[in-house]
Amino acid sequence: MCETCGCGDPNKVSVEVHDRILSVNDRTAAHNREHFVEGGVFAVNLMGSPGAGKTAVLEATARVLDGKGRIGAIAGDLETERDADRLRAVGVPATAITTGSACHLDAEMVHRSLHHFPWRELDYLFVENVGNLVCPAIYDLGQAVNVVALSVTEGEDKPLKYPVMFRKADLVLLTKVDLLPHLDYRVDVVLDALSRVMPQPSALRVSARTGEGIAGWLSWLEGRRAGQATAGPAPPHHHS
Amino acid sequence: MHEYSLVRAMVDRVEQEARSRNATAISRLAVRIGAMSGVEPELFASAFTLCREGILAGAELDIRRSEAAWACPRCAAAIPAGGVLRCHACDAPAKMVTGDEILLEQIEMEVP
Repeated sequence: MCETCGCGDPNKVSVEVHDRILSVNDRTAAHNREHFVEGGVFAVNLMGSPGAGKTAVLEATARVLDGKGRIGAIAGDLETERDADRLRAVGVPATAITTGSACHLDAEMVHRSLHHFPWRELDYLFVENVGNLVCPAIYDLGQAVNVVALSVTEGEDKPLKYPVMFRKADLVLLTKVDLLPHLDYRVDVVLDALSRVMPQPSALRVSARTGEGIAGWLSWLEGRRAGQATAGPAPPHHHS
Repeated sequence: MHEYSLVRAMVDRVEQEARSRNATAISRLAVRIGAMSGVEPELFASAFTLCREGILAGAELDIRRSEAAWACPRCAAAIPAGGVLRCHACDAPAKMVTGDEILLEQIEMEVP
């Protein structure tokens, strides 16, 4: 009997579900996460607008690391393998996910790409998401941390305009800071904006071009990775 | 537009529930979408019209919205949205209470 509208139709039943609509994605993400933790791989979901400098940050990271940590990348884009090609050119093992028209990566896409990528040999796996400040924030991929690249050419108000993305960020990389002398950009304004959308605001200034701030970014990664290692391995699970 | 893929995921879940109960039709679905979920209710509704076929052909969609609300995890004081997300009294980072929901709450179906 229909209890909702009181129509009394005996053939109607109302089922309370209260399910997260993304529960299937969440389960796959949890599966990915267990693999990363058990394999000792620190996974970073790197997000940001198109052109924010996500690939450039990874190139600079590889240059500064200079073989002292094993990094690899899964690069998501609508079309082309250009980002993966750029990363391979600086010695970073990389694979591409071309999403066609999808504006984000999901946990299943990442899971499939792991099957033909030597991610277990890595210390850090960067998942470079599709350039977009909206959709990627909604999909858990199984990452340990979310990092958002925000370039100083994008304007100080982006965190207030795209709060969902920044709320989920563990760190914001303010990129292209070598351009600051040429801009009217105010770093204090963007930091204030971040404090209104991120409960624990955290930002680092970096320039892939000059290398400024990249060492600090590496220290941040090392600290977080050490945190994952001491937290211990995830409980065993059944492989599907 | 991720709303379409969200609707597809929801439709899969609803069809599964309908099969398990031998339902002949879905008459209504209720979802809850938070203001800070990253989902546009209007886009979600228009994506739903594209997926309304088969057992869902006559289904109505009821979108319930919830506003963003933050509170201190220690003293439970409300922390206004738009302000600095930190409790003045406890110096603790704010925790979101409502506003990030993307939930399928209720399915109304016709059973023989």
